[in-house]
Amino acid sequence: MRPDQEIIQRWIEPDSRVLDLGCGDGSLLANLKQTKGVKGTGLEIDGDKIQSCVERGINVIEQNLDAGLWNFQSDSFDTVLLAQTLQALSHPDQLIDEMLRVGRRGIVTFPNFGNWKSRLYLSSKGRMPVSKFMPHAWYDTPNIHFCTVRDFDALCEEKNIRILERTVVDLKHEGSLSMRLLPNLLGEIAIYHIARS
Amino acid sequence: MAIDSTQLEETQTSAIRSPIDAPDSVGIITPRSYHFDEPLQLRSGKTLPSYDLMVETYGELNARRSNAILICHALSGDHHAAGYHSANDSKPGWWDSAIGPGKAIDTTKFFVVALNNLGGCAGSTGPTSINPETGKPYGPDFPVVTVRDWVKSQLHLMDRLGIQKWAAVIGGSLGGMQVQRWAISYPDRVANAVCIASAPKLSAQNIAFNEVARYSITSDPNFHAGRYLEHNTYPKHGLMLARMVGHITYLSDSAMRAKFGNAGSQLENTTRGNLGRDLRSGTLSFGLNVDFEVESYLHYQGERFSSNFDANSYLLMTKALDYFDPSVDYGNDLSKAFAEGDCKFLLVSFSTDWRFPPERSRELVETLLKAGREVTYLEVDADQGHDAFLMPIPRYINAMRGFLDNAYKELVTDAS
Repeated sequence: MRPDQEIIQRWIEPDSRVLDLGCGDGSLLANLKQTKGVKGTGLEIDGDKIQSCVERGINVIEQNLDAGLWNFQSDSFDTVLLAQTLQALSHPDQLIDEMLRVGRRGIVTFPNFGNWKSRLYLSSKGRMPVSKFMPHAWYDTPNIHFCTVRDFDALCEEKNIRILERTVVDLKHEGSLSMRLLPNLLGEIAIYHIARS
Repeated sequence: MAIDSTQLEETQTSAIRSPIDAPDSVGIITPRSYHFDEPLQLRSGKTLPSYDLMVETYGELNARRSNAILICHALSGDHHAAGYHSANDSKPGWWDSAIGPGKAIDTTKFFVVALNNLGGCAGSTGPTSINPETGKPYGPDFPVVTVRDWVKSQLHLMDRLGIQKWAAVIGGSLGGMQVQRWAISYPDRVANAVCIASAPKLSAQNIAFNEVARYSITSDPNFHAGRYLEHNTYPKHGLMLARMVGHITYLSDSAMRAKFGNAGSQLENTTRGNLGRDLRSGTLSFGLNVDFEVESYLHYQGERFSSNFDANSYLLMTKALDYFDPSVDYGNDLSKAFAEGDCKFLLVSFSTDWRFPPERSRELVETLLKAGREVTYLEVDADQGHDAFLMPIPRYINAMRGFLDNAYKELVTDAS
């Protein structure tokens, strides 16, 4: 299991209800179902990934996150996950609101654009960073709303969202003391556990 | 599989290899009629004193009787869902693409049951059956049957077959409504529900099309208030018109452009094609003749249907569609109807279906989520309109296969 999934798993209560937004091939939900006995549902728009979910026996609903979560009742899940998808949404702020309407708690992970590598790339080359991790050119990237750890902290404060826990890891999904001290500079992936105030 | 040995020899000796012999065909099937003596209390308040159900089965029922799947047919379907009735049949059953050894509904794993619904005209008790009280065909006296009544009769068939719980109940369109009704009325007797291109109830537009169909039949001079059989005739033109209108609603604009445009041009080219305006003879007749291929096609479909389907049955089927609305018993909150049971749902809709468009399936998804049910939902891009549910569209068929594979794994796990 990827270390970020390990972190996510720690935050999920046994036998709870989990909604995974952009659930991919359903591997995280399958893992949570097996290890924690969660009752999970995923949302996905990629046909092949949906098929993988079906084959794994994971409940999956074909739905575009930009359309919101209108078909989900308030408080119908314990935790709503949004892993590595925030930056690709048309209205990330609105979806965060929706997540915390539908679920008591949310878990959000995103690539931290405030990382020193992005800063160095931009300041030295004067061009939008392209890397193995962010392989797209600016004009054809699905990632239209990059943000930094500090940006997300600010959004939570503005929305009066409680940050239960925040951790950053590198691309190998490993953490370190220096990363904990300088998360926005050194963290490559940010992982937030949030709740309504 | 009920393959008669003499028929098998016949097909094997034929020079051209017939699709009946294909390894993924259920082969030659003999339907069987089941008689029920217990009266069936109908939703309308009337009672059917006794009735017959015409049934086909494919595959083998396992020792625990846990691997049975029920197939529910749509408006003009029947019990003949897969295989052939004889070596001379040109066409297999209506869902042969999905049912067979190794197919999505795999008859090497499942025991598949398909029946003709009450009120139909393919062997189950319906308007063409003899009314025991009069000695004449029921005709218009056959009581109006609803989806709920059908499902109740299917329950009696289930009991007769000694099946405690369906591994899955599967249906598209009106068949999908029966699937919903199963999950509502008998929640502990269904493990999985597959509801394709369906809706929680009809819209005014849907009912309007049904009323056009009914009016065209009942206003045909040969209808004789439904007693046409006693006059040795039938409302051919009314049925034709009903089917022609119906057929248009089952297809999409793009499917028709492709079917009748540029002598079978690819769907991708339809915007630059001739919009499906292929001519039958190459020139316009400047008269009231059939000029375009689409006209000829509709005439053919209408003609074929009118000689195979009973008009009173058609009227009953459209009424069953119109009346379907399980929410009425639950204060118009359908989610309360789905509150009981633990069956899992697979729902599929198709992008160009304008009879039961994706938004109708999304309504059902929302309802099922509200009821706290486990749901999987696919919105499949397909050009074939409502008819897509009958076609082997890979995304849809693969999802059904994956879903049923898991259903099978569960029943095998339960057994061990």
